[in-house]
Amino acid sequence: MLLFNQLQTYLYLALVLFAIGLYGVLARRSLIAILISVELILNAASINFMAFNRFLAPHPAVGQVITLFIMAVAAAEAAIALSIIVAVYRKMKSINVEHATELRG
Amino acid sequence: MNAVSAWLTPQTAATAAFVMVIGLTILGALIAVGARNIFHNVLGLCVSLFGVSGIFLFLNSPFVALMEILIYVGAICIAICFAIMLSEPLYLPPPPRNKAKVLGAAIGSAGIFVFLGLLLKKTQWTAAPERSTDWSVTTIGHYLLTDYALIFELVSLLLLVAMIGAIVIARGGRGNP
Repeated sequence: MLLFNQLQTYLYLALVLFAIGLYGVLARRSLIAILISVELILNAASINFMAFNRFLAPHPAVGQVITLFIMAVAAAEAAIALSIIVAVYRKMKSINVEHATELRG
Repeated sequence: MNAVSAWLTPQTAATAAFVMVIGLTILGALIAVGARNIFHNVLGLCVSLFGVSGIFLFLNSPFVALMEILIYVGAICIAICFAIMLSEPLYLPPPPRNKAKVLGAAIGSAGIFVFLGLLLKKTQWTAAPERSTDWSVTTIGHYLLTDYALIFELVSLLLLVAMIGAIVIARGGRGNP
């Protein structure tokens, strides 16, 4: 059985990517670095969808369509997040999440 | 000569390419999360996304692989570069790492990694009994405009709203508040 013809390989790869992204979201403090980590997590989800699409799904176009939707939503999310980052920088002169404490009670 | 030709089958070549693509993905992800310089993070993300698009090629979907490069590398990474230029200057030294936070994050993500890994090991996946073999881009287009037409329109609306919202929020650049 070839390595790239097994569902498990892709699922483990997506798991590794997800864990790396989750670590980034939890550990980094720059807002942009957190956004980059979120993109990694979204890519892990895309790989999962594409792997199930390749090996299990009845119609192989459906997973590709869903992956395209994930990409579109990720693009919208990135646009909004980046504009919020620019606005936060303008307000606080910093994009460190630990400095953004204006709403703290 | 015989030994070489025995090794150089299409299968071993494809496996080598696959291992390379996986290495690219994980290495890029590690750079994207681990490097101190924010610009190196973006470059690592680019490398990782190229790797992911190679994985999509192995999963029989060249169209999605192309879209991955076009949208993620071509649009999102460039947008992140713009945000870096518009926010904190790069010459400022990064604040020192918070040891407790890094340790907590590592433990948390390792916990979820182990949990999902064990789950993956245990699960038996069963393929659908009847699988269509139609992988063409034409079919994707048909699905987008028939079964998924509503989601398609919603996504276009979402992109429009995101575009307008981004312009409204970020108007004025980093200068006057």
